[in-house]
Amino acid sequence: MLAWTIYISFLSAAILMFLPGDNPRPARTLALLAALAGLACAVMGAIDCHQHAGAGALTDVANAPWIAELGIRYHLAADGISLVLVLLTGIAAVAGVLFSWNVENSAREFFALYLALIGGVYGVFLSVDLFLLFVFYEVAIIPKYFLIVIWGSTRREYGAMKLALYSFVGSAMVLVGLIAAYVVAGTKTFDLAELAKVSFPPAFQNWAFIVVFVGFAILAGLWPFHTWAPTGHVAAPTAASMLLAGVVMKLGAYGALRVAMILFPIGLHTWQNTIAVLAVVGIVYGALVALVQQDFKFVIGYSSVSHMGFVLLGLMTLTQIGLSGAVLQMFSHGIIAGLLFAVVGRMVYDRTHTRDLDVLQPMNLNRVLPFAAVTFVIGAAASMGLPGFSGFIAELQILVGAWQSFPVFGVLAAVGILVGIAFTLRVLLKAFFAEDKVEAPHLTPCPRISLPERLGAVLLLATTITIGLCPGLLLDFITPALNSPLMQPLWKAGMR
Amino acid sequence: MILSILTFLPLIAGVLVALLGPDRQKLGRNLAFAASLLALALAIGLWAAFDNARGGMQFVERVPWVPSLGIEYHLGVDGLGLLMVLLSALIVPFALLASWKIENNPKLYFSLALFLESGLFGTFTAQNFIHWFLFWELSLIPAFFLIRIWGGPKRAYAASQFFIYTMVGSVAMLAAFLALYATTDASARSFDFAQLESTAHAGGLFAGHETLATAVFLGVLLGLAVKVPLLPFHTWLPAAYSEAPTGTAMLLTGAMSKMGVYGFLRILWPIFPEQMQAWRTPLLVLAAATIVLPAAAAFAQKDLKRMVAYSSVNHLGYCLLGIFAAARLTDGSALFPNEQAAALNGVILQMFNHGLTASALFYFVGLIEQRGGARGLNDFGGLRQAAPVFCGLMGIALFASLGLPGLNGFPGEFLIFKGALSLASRASLLSIPGLLLTSIFLLTILQRVFSGPLPGKWSGWPDLTLGERLTVLPVMALMLVLGLFPQLLTGLANPAVLQMLKSF
Repeated sequence: MLAWTIYISFLSAAILMFLPGDNPRPARTLALLAALAGLACAVMGAIDCHQHAGAGALTDVANAPWIAELGIRYHLAADGISLVLVLLTGIAAVAGVLFSWNVENSAREFFALYLALIGGVYGVFLSVDLFLLFVFYEVAIIPKYFLIVIWGSTRREYGAMKLALYSFVGSAMVLVGLIAAYVVAGTKTFDLAELAKVSFPPAFQNWAFIVVFVGFAILAGLWPFHTWAPTGHVAAPTAASMLLAGVVMKLGAYGALRVAMILFPIGLHTWQNTIAVLAVVGIVYGALVALVQQDFKFVIGYSSVSHMGFVLLGLMTLTQIGLSGAVLQMFSHGIIAGLLFAVVGRMVYDRTHTRDLDVLQPMNLNRVLPFAAVTFVIGAAASMGLPGFSGFIAELQILVGAWQSFPVFGVLAAVGILVGIAFTLRVLLKAFFAEDKVEAPHLTPCPRISLPERLGAVLLLATTITIGLCPGLLLDFITPALNSPLMQPLWKAGMR
Repeated sequence: MILSILTFLPLIAGVLVALLGPDRQKLGRNLAFAASLLALALAIGLWAAFDNARGGMQFVERVPWVPSLGIEYHLGVDGLGLLMVLLSALIVPFALLASWKIENNPKLYFSLALFLESGLFGTFTAQNFIHWFLFWELSLIPAFFLIRIWGGPKRAYAASQFFIYTMVGSVAMLAAFLALYATTDASARSFDFAQLESTAHAGGLFAGHETLATAVFLGVLLGLAVKVPLLPFHTWLPAAYSEAPTGTAMLLTGAMSKMGVYGFLRILWPIFPEQMQAWRTPLLVLAAATIVLPAAAAFAQKDLKRMVAYSSVNHLGYCLLGIFAAARLTDGSALFPNEQAAALNGVILQMFNHGLTASALFYFVGLIEQRGGARGLNDFGGLRQAAPVFCGLMGIALFASLGLPGLNGFPGEFLIFKGALSLASRASLLSIPGLLLTSIFLLTILQRVFSGPLPGKWSGWPDLTLGERLTVLPVMALMLVLGLFPQLLTGLANPAVLQMLKSF
C-alpha cells in the first residue's frame, strides 16, 4: 500500500507530461486527485502498519533485487518515524496543490514537476536500501530547481542555482560517505538494517559521520550551511516553498538521523556537542535575523532555519524524549511552515504583489483579507509554540531532552523561543494589524480568498490543532520506533 | 464532566459566534451573552453541588493525555478554584454588558471575550501543569487582540508590551518546569500539581541542587509575578489597562489578574515551600513596594482610568503581602497556624472582592468617559447634582475599594493585616502608608468628579439609565452582601487554606 504513494506520484507526473493542450483545469484536477490518492495510501498504510506489525518495527513494503552484482536492492520499508514523515508529505502535497490552483502558466509542467518532487520525497522516506535512498534524494533535486526557475519570483535564477548547488554538494558528501561505508563494511550491501549491525572502526566513523551528517544537514538548514534556505524559499512559487520548508528540509533531518546517526554512533558521540552548538546557534541566529527582515517571506524563511535548529538540537540530545520531540517537530514544522508560506505567498502576495512589510502595513489587510488574517494569527500562534498546537509538544520534548543533556543549551533554546515570539508578533502586526499607523487606511480591493485556499488552510490548521491536542496519534508511532532494533546503535552511543 | 462542559462551553460558543456571517452582528452578540449567562448558571450549579464539608478536590476528571510525558487531562476544584470560577463566570457577563455598544465588529469582540472566559475556567480548574499552561496561554491571545483592535489611541504599544511581558514570564515559567521535570528522578517525574507537591515534601525534587532549585523557583516566580503584577514587573499594566476598552479592562483586572495570585497559591506555595521561605524577605519588601508605590503613583495621575489601574496593582499587593507573610514553615508560637490561616483566608477573600470592586470601578470610569468624552480627574465637577444615583453607586464602589467596614473590601484586607502584622510585622508596617494613600486618592476622585460647582456644559449629564442600573445591580448587591456576610466566602476558602497548611 505505502509503495503506491511513490508510484501514483510518478505515474501522474508522467501522464501530466503527455496530457494534450494547455488547459490548466484538467492538469490541476489530476494533480489534486494524485495528491489525495497519495495521502489516502499513506493513511491506510499507516493504519495497516499500526494494526498488524506494531508501529515500531521496520515493515517491508517492497523488496526485490535491483543491481545484484553490487548487492543493491529495491527495498522499501517503513517504521514509525518514516510513517510520520510519509503522512506529512501526503498532507503537504494536498495542501500545496490547493494553494497552486491559480497557476495558469504551463500548469501541466508545473504539476508534473510538483508530483515528481513529491514522488521523490516519498521514495526517500520509504527507502531502506541506501543506494535507492540516494537515488530518490537526487530525483527530488531536479524538479525543485525547475519549479523555482520557471515559476519563481524575486531573484529566482540566483535562488534556484544556490539551492541546487548546495543540494549537490550535500549529496556528493553523502555519496562519498555511503560508498566508503559500503567498502569498509565489505558486506556487499547497501541495506540500512544490515549496515547498522556493522561496527565500523572508530577513526573511520569520526570522519564518515561528519561528512554524511553535514551532507544531509545542509538540506535541514544547519547553521552555517543554511543560506540556501531563505533565498530558495523566497524565490520559489508558493507551493514549492511550502514543500521546500515543509518537506524537503525534513529530508535532510531524516537522512541525518536515519543514515549518519545510525551507521556511525561512535562518530556521533565525538561530534555530538559540536553539532548541538551549531543547532543552538541556528535557533537563535535564525530568529534574530527574522526579527529584522523587511520581506514578509524572508521572515518565514529564517523562521524555518530557527525551527529546524530545534530538530537538530533534539537529535543531538541523544535522549529518547529529545529524539521523539525532534521527529514530532519535523512533522509540526512541516505543517506550520506550509501554512505560513501559503498565507504569505498565495493569499497575500498573489493579491497585493508585494511582500515588503512597509508597503503592506498601510493596506490594512485584516479588513481586506480577514480570512488570511485569521489563518495567519492561528498559524503564528502555532509557530510561536503556544500550547494546543503541534509545535508545543514537539519543542517541549526537545527542551526536556536538552535540559537532560546540556542544560545551558536548554536555556539558550528557550531564549530562541522568546525571540521567535517577538518576530512572529512583529510580522503579524505589521502585515495585518497596523491600521492605526496610517492616517486614512485605504482599502485596496482584492479578490476574495477562494475555496481551494480555504480548504488548504483548514486542512493544515486542523492538522496542527489535532496533533497539538492529541499528540499521542503520532507519538504512538514515534516512541516504539525509537526503541526498535534498527535504532539500537543509538542506544549503544549512549542514548537515554 | 461538569468542569469540562463549563470550560468548553464558552470556547464552543465563541467559535460559533465567530463563524456567523458578518451581517449577523447583533445575533452574535446576543448569543455570546446568553452563553456567558449559561456558564454563570453552570458555575452556580457547581457551587450548589460542591460538598463543602468534604473539602479537597471535587468533580475530578482524570484522563491520560500524553502518558510518555506525564501529561494528563486533570481537572478538579477545591474551595479556592470554585471561588475563582464563580468570580470569572460573574465578571464575564458584566463585562459583556459593559461592551454592549461596541460598534466595530462586536461579534468578534464578544467571541474573543468568550475565548478568554474559557481560558480562565481552564486555568482555575486544571491540576496538571501542562494542562494549566495551555489555558493560561489561551487566555493571553484573546486579551491581546481585545486591546489591540478595540483599544485607545496607544493600543498598539499597550498590546505589544502586555503580550511581550507576559510571554517572557510564561517562557521562563515553562523552561523552569521543564528543568524541574528533566532533573527529577525518572520514577517521580510528573507535571501533576498534587504529585509534585508530595514529591517536594518528600525531598525528591532537585536532590540537593541548590542553584537549580533557586533557578527553577525564580523562573516560576517570574511568570506569576508578571501576571499579578509584583513590582518591578508591573510596567506593562498601566498602559494595558488604560488603553483597553472598558469591558476588556474589567476582564483583565476582574479575572485575569487573579490567575497570577491563584498561581502563587496553587503552584508556588505548595511545590516550593523552602524556596519561598528562603526568599521571603526580599519578596515581602517587593510586596510592600507593590502596595505603597502604585498607591503613590495613582495619587499623581490625572487620568481616572490610570488611577483605577494603579489602585488595582495596589490591591493585589495586599494579596501578595498575605501570601509571603504566611510563607514560613513555623515560628514556634502557638498562634502561628491561626495567623497563617487568617492571612491566607484574607488573600482569597481579597482576590474575590477585588475582582468585583475593580471591575465595577472600571465600569463607572467607562461610563464617565462615554458620557463626557474625557476621563481627566479635573475635567469634571459637581456631577452629583446632575446624576445622584451615578454618584451614589460609584461612591459605594470607591468606598469598597478603600476598605470601608461593611463593604466587601474590608474583610479581606483586615484578615490579611491581622495575619501579616504578627507574621511579618515590619513589612506590614511598611505597607500601612499604602492604605492611607489609597484612601486619599479614592476620596480625591469622589471630590473632584462629583463635588463642587457643576460646570455649565455638564448640566445635562444623564444619570444612570435603567439598563445601566440593572447591569451594575448584581455586582453592587454582592458588594454589600459580602461585606456583611464574609463567611459566605470564608466558608469555601477556609477548608482550602487548611488543606494547604496541613501539608506542611
